[in-house]
Amino acid sequence: MTDTQQPTPAVLIVDDEFVVRDSLSKWFREDGYRVETAEDATHALKLMSAGPWDVILLDIKMPGISGLELQKRLVEIDKEAIIIMITAFASVESAVQALKEGAFDYVTKPVDPDHLSHLVRNALRQKKLNDENIRLRQHISTISVTDELIGDSAPMKKVIELAKTVAKTDTTVMIRGESGTGKELVARTIHAHSGRRFFPIIAVNCGAVPESLLESELFGHERGAFTGAQHRRKGKFEMADGGTIFLDEVGTIGSKMQVQLLRVLESKQFTRVGGNETIKSDFRVICATNRDLEQAVKEGIFREDLYYRLNVFTIFVPPLRERRNDIPILATYFVKKYAAAMNKPVTEISTDTLDLLIRYPWPGNVRELENVIERAMVLAKPPSIVQTDLPFQLADSKSHPTKDTLSAIECHHIETVLHRTGWNIARSADILDIDRATLYNKIAKYGLKKP
Amino acid sequence: MSSILLVPIGKIVDPHIPLLKTPLEATFGLRVDTSTERSIDPAFAFEPSRNQYYSTQMIKHLLHLYSSFQGKILGVTPYDLYVPVLTYVFGEAQLDGTAAVVSSYRLDNSYYGLPADPLLLEQRLIKEAVHELGHTFGLLHCHEYECVMHSSTAVEDIDLKGERLCGMCTDVLARKNFRR
Repeated sequence: MTDTQQPTPAVLIVDDEFVVRDSLSKWFREDGYRVETAEDATHALKLMSAGPWDVILLDIKMPGISGLELQKRLVEIDKEAIIIMITAFASVESAVQALKEGAFDYVTKPVDPDHLSHLVRNALRQKKLNDENIRLRQHISTISVTDELIGDSAPMKKVIELAKTVAKTDTTVMIRGESGTGKELVARTIHAHSGRRFFPIIAVNCGAVPESLLESELFGHERGAFTGAQHRRKGKFEMADGGTIFLDEVGTIGSKMQVQLLRVLESKQFTRVGGNETIKSDFRVICATNRDLEQAVKEGIFREDLYYRLNVFTIFVPPLRERRNDIPILATYFVKKYAAAMNKPVTEISTDTLDLLIRYPWPGNVRELENVIERAMVLAKPPSIVQTDLPFQLADSKSHPTKDTLSAIECHHIETVLHRTGWNIARSADILDIDRATLYNKIAKYGLKKP
Repeated sequence: MSSILLVPIGKIVDPHIPLLKTPLEATFGLRVDTSTERSIDPAFAFEPSRNQYYSTQMIKHLLHLYSSFQGKILGVTPYDLYVPVLTYVFGEAQLDGTAAVVSSYRLDNSYYGLPADPLLLEQRLIKEAVHELGHTFGLLHCHEYECVMHSSTAVEDIDLKGERLCGMCTDVLARKNFRR
């Protein structure tokens, strides 16, 4: 029997002759298709609302609106439908015309049943592939957009707006910001909203690859180019063809690579290491750095021409401490993410814990927050994360002065330094720039005790 | 109890009607009778321009002749059948209806320029008879290659499949019979 898991294919037959409609509809019904028939264009157009039709069999010659004219109108209504034209006489001109207008095929009456059967099966396969292709494309675009930048604060909204605006162009983008602020995520957002989104985004961490290997990493190499180069290898620029290359920590690359990079960015051409063939690649450049490039240019460490080539459109990603109202949203996002990944029904963060998270300075920015939440998720007992689930330096309530008075802050600071030095009095006094006797006095005054 | 009536249309080769009796009874679980009247002359369905017989007309004629018959009717003919939009058909049936017709014309190897093979012809005729009658019981084309309800538009397809219903089609048939 017909596979009930699959939706029943739908066939619309448009022909002015009753016998044709009758015999074809019987024939398709036996194949398990949903079949409707129309005797003219008007009826066919009405039936389009009962669709979607997978395959439309259309007679070229009909009184009133001809099949060719109807074909155009049907395509306007549903451009996904596959249209097969039926002609009484093999008229080359009309068949060519129909195919030009996008018909899948045409057959002449009477049709060989074997041929018709294969034709319709192929048409349905084609339709299925088209539908699947559209569905997957939509799916991919949702996937690539879902892991988006999160933030409700004004500076983050500005970042998102800038990223989406510049995405539509092919402009080189430089993303500045402290480590862990999500510079790569900004780059991925730009790529996901650009016309290049169906091509890859290739990320290269320039700081993580030794200078000597970076050349082959970026441009690829030919077999035998150097010891250990046993196979030809595509470089990142070649892999990014049609898409985007993301050069992370671009400020760390050496002077020799800077020259090569500048040349590639300007010509979009390069050769593999040890090769002669010039390779063209169509890529968009997004780079990121947490270094002060302007200073590096002044000091002569970073080439000025490369700086101007990269610094076309700059997006500053603010550190987390400057957008504290994003912390609850981010924390909740990470809780959801790890709850799903760890299959743990932790759904919330207790109010005092959240308060602690908001107050913390987050030197490691969003990356640190994510790690803290991941750690807390491991320890947390469902349904919520509490203070004790946080790492020591965060959870210790003494780590923050309880009052804003000078003595409270002094007490807190002395305790922090002592803790850092492992209660080494001499070193602590040195750091605090007071003598040891004063430190002892203050320890006694504030009643601090060695843990 | 309903039954199946076999009706010869034109000059049928002798064993063709009786050989259908056993497989049809086995498949559908119904008594199979042969029309005792003399064979029908299908001249009314003949289309001179195509030199073929219009199978839908034959079905109409059977329904008219046996209007009072309670059961399924299968016309068996040696003539080449067609429906207007197709170049030929091996048979035609009323889906979930009463009557069907099957032709042996294109089932013989001699039609394709090969030596005649009466045994193969008989096997093909049985399969097509079961197939068309299956449609009158409401069975649709089956994806199972070996199932007799698998669609066949060429004799090679007929040879590939068996003369029995697959498990799923048997179930559907049982459910439909139960509802009746």
